[in-house]
Formats: sequence, structure tokens, C-alpha cells
Amino acid sequence: MDHLDGNVLAGPSTDLFAFEATTTQCQCQSCADIAMLGQAMVYGQPMGFVARCRNCDNVLIVIVERAGQKSLNMRGLRWLRVADQATNDRI
Amino acid sequence: MAVFGGHRRDDNPALPPGQYLTESFPVLSSGPTPSIDMEDWEFFIHTEAGQTHRWTWDQFIALPSQDISVDIHCVTSWSKLGTGWRGVSLDTLFAEVETGFDFVMAHSYGGYTTNLPLGELLNGRAWIAYEYDGDELDAEHGGPARLLVPHLYFWKSAKWVRGLVMQSEDNPGFWEENGYNLHGDPWREERYA
Amino acid sequence: MTSRAIGWRTGSLERAHPLTASARSITFTVSSWPGNDAGQHVDVRLTAPDGYQAVRSYSIASTGAGEEIELAIDRLPDGEVSPFLVDDLELGDTVELRGPLGGWFVWRPEQTQPVQLIAGGSGVVPLIAMTRAHASAGSSVPMQLLYSLRTPDDAFFRDELSQPSATARTTWHYTRAVPSGWSRSAGRLTAEDLKRETLPPEHVPLTYICGRTGFVETVSRALISLGHVPDNIRTERFGGT
Repeated sequence: MDHLDGNVLAGPSTDLFAFEATTTQCQCQSCADIAMLGQAMVYGQPMGFVARCRNCDNVLIVIVERAGQKSLNMRGLRWLRVADQATNDRI
Repeated sequence: MAVFGGHRRDDNPALPPGQYLTESFPVLSSGPTPSIDMEDWEFFIHTEAGQTHRWTWDQFIALPSQDISVDIHCVTSWSKLGTGWRGVSLDTLFAEVETGFDFVMAHSYGGYTTNLPLGELLNGRAWIAYEYDGDELDAEHGGPARLLVPHLYFWKSAKWVRGLVMQSEDNPGFWEENGYNLHGDPWREERYA
Repeated sequence: MTSRAIGWRTGSLERAHPLTASARSITFTVSSWPGNDAGQHVDVRLTAPDGYQAVRSYSIASTGAGEEIELAIDRLPDGEVSPFLVDDLELGDTVELRGPLGGWFVWRPEQTQPVQLIAGGSGVVPLIAMTRAHASAGSSVPMQLLYSLRTPDDAFFRDELSQPSATARTTWHYTRAVPSGWSRSAGRLTAEDLKRETLPPEHVPLTYICGRTGFVETVSRALISLGHVPDNIRTERFGGT
């Protein structure tokens, strides 16, 4: 199946995070690769968004959207590093 | 004003509620297509007694198989009618298996999992399929072999299936853990938890 | 943009014109749209009378401030949303829009690194936004576009990209059919083509690639084989529905 880039997580993550998720640095729990979430590979549409590590395919984040609620699973992340709004969210 | 209709929903009685008919065979996967060396392929059933029943590819395809014609229903709303498969019934695979557990976790190459009640895998309702439409099953559709449980939403029919592990409770698999229904009956529209 | 409360807004179709036989430019007026960076995308949500909803992500071709956004949509044969947007949506009709979205596949005028853009087919949309932002900011950073197309008739924005005043030079590449008198034959983009037509690794360009998964995969692998480092390659793949 064709995968997409982590960029596509920007929409479904808007209601979940107070920061821009796709430019957030994170570390893979499995292989310790550090990357922006926008660099992840996203599978699973249209059932959900399954973001996998670009390096080892480990599942980093799963988001399932349905009418009225969202489910978020972040078990594959060791950490997220969020830049301040001023540098991250300027338009 | 243009009115969005989405995919046309038919009144066809073969269609469960909220489903539309497709002639194509959309591909949905939670991860990359695993590359599987047939020399290493195996199918196993693991029980609570610690017993593992294993079949190599040659042993597996030597088992009695059946031609299967069934309708399949994806939770993303497409249904495809009269699909043709060839595979081994789970009744055959479970013939020598002794277990007191009522639930199964299916495991796939690539790490996918899905949970099922054992009762719904038996009595001619589920297979390990290795041919589709007269040809060997394409990797993107789950080849070399996939679970086929057509009376449940198609995410239960695990692609690239590798084995079944008996479990005492209905612990959730991959999609079930992320908000999808533990059971997934399309006629009762059991899409979400 | 100071608020993260993005939510769904209503967009009303303001203007539309065909880009190719299968594609259309559609410009929406979105009240209180906060403006967007070049390369950002928007989610479009359509609701059927029976309540059924479909959501798709589209790159934004326009850039900067203002309450208008331009999308450029290619009709996918088995698509559910794109045929409606290309063929059916009429002026004054409304859709729901969520955005602007994304901060990674984005070019901002304050960036100083040379920029190579590589588009496959309708993947040119976020990249044209970057060339527009580059032009309107009067940026002196080198920026160039390599645009791979099946046939000459498939080009989006050809006139705009070919204008002598364009600040980003466009190199055209054809995979199925070439214009008459074209010096090269049609064929898939190879590492050789990329070596000849893109900024070399010594210039340390930031490369943005947008297209179908297979195209993005092939091009990014070839660039790495030419000596570009993965962290200087940003990708945006699009899928099939």
C-alpha cells in the first residue's frame, strides 16, 4: 500500500495537541531514531493514521478519527520535543 | 447547487447497512508489505498448554482445501460481492488442537494483530486463503496467505497471517485497541468500540 | 497565526477554471482565514444529505495573507471527492475546510538555503505556492523547479511557470509524450536526469519533492545516491483517493 508522509497528521492532530505536531521532534521507542513527525511514514487510511518510524517501521502514533471522538495512541514514542509557539507557529 | 453524494449506496439486500458496492479491490494496510521468504514461512497455532502446532508451506498446501465464494465488507464502507478464494478451513487446522480458551489473537508477518472469538472461526466460517480469483494471492492483498473471515469486517481477515495464539479473554488487536469494535459484525454495523 | 484552535471553517467557491482535461483550479473565500505559508495543506470535508462525510487533504496553491485560497484538484478515476470538486462544485457552493495545516513541508521567505523543487504531476501544487512566495517576497535565494509530467497537456500553471519574469526557473520533463521538436525522448526521471537538471549536492540545497508515492520514493532515493543528505530532502506523497 502507498504510504503518505507525516505531514498528513497535521489535520487530525489539530484538536489533540496545542502545538504543530508535524514539526515536533520525536524519538522512536524501538530504534532511537530522532526525526520530525512530518518525516514519519503514514499508513492505514482511511481506517486511521498509523505513523511509522522512517528508519525501522515501528508504529510511533496511531490516530483514529470518527464522528464525535478521536483516539490517540503514542506508545511507540520515547519522547516529543515541542518548540515554543513563537518559533514553531509563525505565519 | 451541487449535492455531494459520496459513493452511491445501493438498496442491494446483499449489502450490510452503510456499505456501498465496489468492483475494484481497494488496498488498506497498517504498514508496509512484508517480504516473506517461502522457505521460512510457517503457520502456527499456539495453545495455553504451551503447545505449538506448526505447518511449513509445503505441509500447509498439502492439506485439503476448499473453493470459497463469499461477500466481503470493509469497515471503510466498501463491499465486494461474490469474491472467489481457495484456502484451508480453520476446522481442518484446529482438528488436532486442544484448547479450553475461547478467544484467538491472530498475528501477522509485519506485526499486525487482530482478535477473534474461536467459535466464529470454526464450522466452515473461516479459512486461511492462499488463492484469490484463481491466482496465487498477491502480496498487497495478504499473500502468500491471509485469514479469511468474511462474516466480519475485513480488518479481521488478517493479511500475511503467521499464526493464532489462544487467549482466555478477548484482548484487543491492533485496530481494536485504537477504537474499532472488538467483534466487527457488518450486519450489526459494529464499526467502533 | 496565534491560535491553535483551527477547527472547520466554511469556504465558498469564488472562482474556478480548468487547468487540464482532468484538473480544475478552485478558489474559495474563507472568512477569517489566517493566511498560509507556501506548502501548507488544508483538509476538505464534504457531507452528504444522509450525514455521510468524506475528508481529503489538498495542498494550497496560493500563499500569504487574505481570505482566499486556491486549490488545484486532479480528478482521480475511482475517487470519491475529487470528481465532485472538479466536475460538480458550482460557484457559491460551500465546503468545510480545516487549516492551514502542516509546518514541515513548508518554505518561508526568510529561509536562506538554495531550494530545489521537484514535482510529479499534480504534485506541483504546493511547489507553485513556493515559487509564488519566492516571487512575491523578492527572495534572492536560488530556487528552481523540475516538473515531471506524463504529457505536455498535463501541465498545471504552464503560462505562469514559463513567464520570463518568473523568479524560479522551471525545467520540464516528460514521461510519456514530449512536445513536438523537444530534444529529449519521453521516459521516467532517472538519476542521470536529476544530476543534470537539479542543484548539485555541493550547493547544499533544500529539496522539496511532491508526487505519488512511487515517484517520491524513486526521486529521493536517486538524490541520496547522488550525494544529497536525507535531512535536506522534504517529501509530500499523495495517495489514491
